[in-house]
Amino acid sequence: MAETGSLQETPLGGLHRALGGRMVGFAGYAMPVQYPAGIMAEHLHCRAAAALFDVSHMGQAELVGEGAAAALERVTPADVQGLKPGRQRYGLLMTPDGGIFDDFMVANLGDRLFLVANASRKHLDFPLIESVLPDGVTLRPLADRALLALQGPGVAAVVESLAPALAALSFMGVAEAEIGGIPVLASRSGYTGEDGFEISVAADRAEALAKLLLAQPGVQPAGLGARDSLRLEAGLCLYGNDIDETTSPVEAALVWSIGKRRRMAWDFQGAERVREDLANGPKRLRVGLRPEGRQPARGHTPIQAADGTPAGEVTSGGFGPSLKGPMAMGYVARPHAGDGTALELLVRGKALAARVAPTPFVPHRYKR
Amino acid sequence: MPEMRFTKDHEWVRQDGDTVVIGITDHAQNALGDVVFVDLPEIGREVAEGEACAVVESVKAASDVYAPIAGKVVEVNAGLTESPALINSAPTGEGWFFRIEPKDPAAFAALLDETAYAALVESEA
Repeated sequence: MAETGSLQETPLGGLHRALGGRMVGFAGYAMPVQYPAGIMAEHLHCRAAAALFDVSHMGQAELVGEGAAAALERVTPADVQGLKPGRQRYGLLMTPDGGIFDDFMVANLGDRLFLVANASRKHLDFPLIESVLPDGVTLRPLADRALLALQGPGVAAVVESLAPALAALSFMGVAEAEIGGIPVLASRSGYTGEDGFEISVAADRAEALAKLLLAQPGVQPAGLGARDSLRLEAGLCLYGNDIDETTSPVEAALVWSIGKRRRMAWDFQGAERVREDLANGPKRLRVGLRPEGRQPARGHTPIQAADGTPAGEVTSGGFGPSLKGPMAMGYVARPHAGDGTALELLVRGKALAARVAPTPFVPHRYKR
Repeated sequence: MPEMRFTKDHEWVRQDGDTVVIGITDHAQNALGDVVFVDLPEIGREVAEGEACAVVESVKAASDVYAPIAGKVVEVNAGLTESPALINSAPTGEGWFFRIEPKDPAAFAALLDETAYAALVESEA
């Protein structure tokens, strides 16, 4: 069991313990990996009804001032200037060498940008962004806010009754609203592949909001364990596992997050490598993998071709409760990256047969 | 019910004639969470005390299962291949892992008794 003594608490730490959450250390925070229902049940409940996750460990910030979007574009290839008010977009922060510094969400709130970054990287992301800001543009970390993720096909009905203003949002729409009289900033997005919302709320109102949401029909708490199996089924990357400073956006198959205008101008940090990878094709590619049978292959499992030649490595792997089978993603040399390619995963020294498979493993059900 | 003994690795061991039956404790299955796969040893394999000889995989992670006693694996629970969830629902019954013919019949008595195991679980909480 992980020691949780020296870890930071989110505003919902007391609620997690009251709900029987099994607390573990994650990115310096004490977080519930699961509640008494267990990872499998929490995962399946999210796909069948609605699950509430505490993701308050993630970094929230506002970017304010004239030219904020243009400034942010110096470190991301996402089209931030073209983002319309009330819309959110997924983006990558880049290293000078064209590796991925972090992945993040950026929303246009009209008079400011709103950012959400990974817990494990926020202490690095915010200084990186600040380092490229001109006079008059300010980054304001929002350490006094919590973030809740309400995910699943049952969420639409819950939001319809509690916050009709939010019900009209489509996938990646953002709006300020009230839920049960509590002011929130909500985006129709998430990390599960399901319809749902990520809801930013003042830390001192977070527990009241969480309790209100948990009191709605069909809403159950879910922990980080289910969050991980849900995102892997949805084919979504976890920073530090599937993407890091060594992987380029092209290798990571995240070229879709690079704005069209940005691919003409190449005016972001690290553009040279991205340009070269696109022109010549990357040496390796991130792919989905489906092992045969029931045995999962975890992160760092070596991948080899059918003839025994080393072909790559698994970066995330586990068992998909909705898929009812094992699933993984990893990097393979480009000749092995085609869908259906037969490969072997070396699990504890034994070759486990697998095939390259398209992701998501479980179809997305976003509200378009 | 024949006497059950335990290891510090959270396995239970039950004497059954000349052999011992081995599984993981309720405490262990609860800590692991939902089991989705189990890799069992080959029948006939000679194992040393403390040797990793089975693997249990939950949704979240893989964990080794060790031979609590040196000897020969004489039977494995084939039912677990189809229904690994038996390890969660009946850890000390239908969720047993494998059966060993001990090299030293006295080894069983050297394992932790119920009171000692309960104290161990308490100390790790």
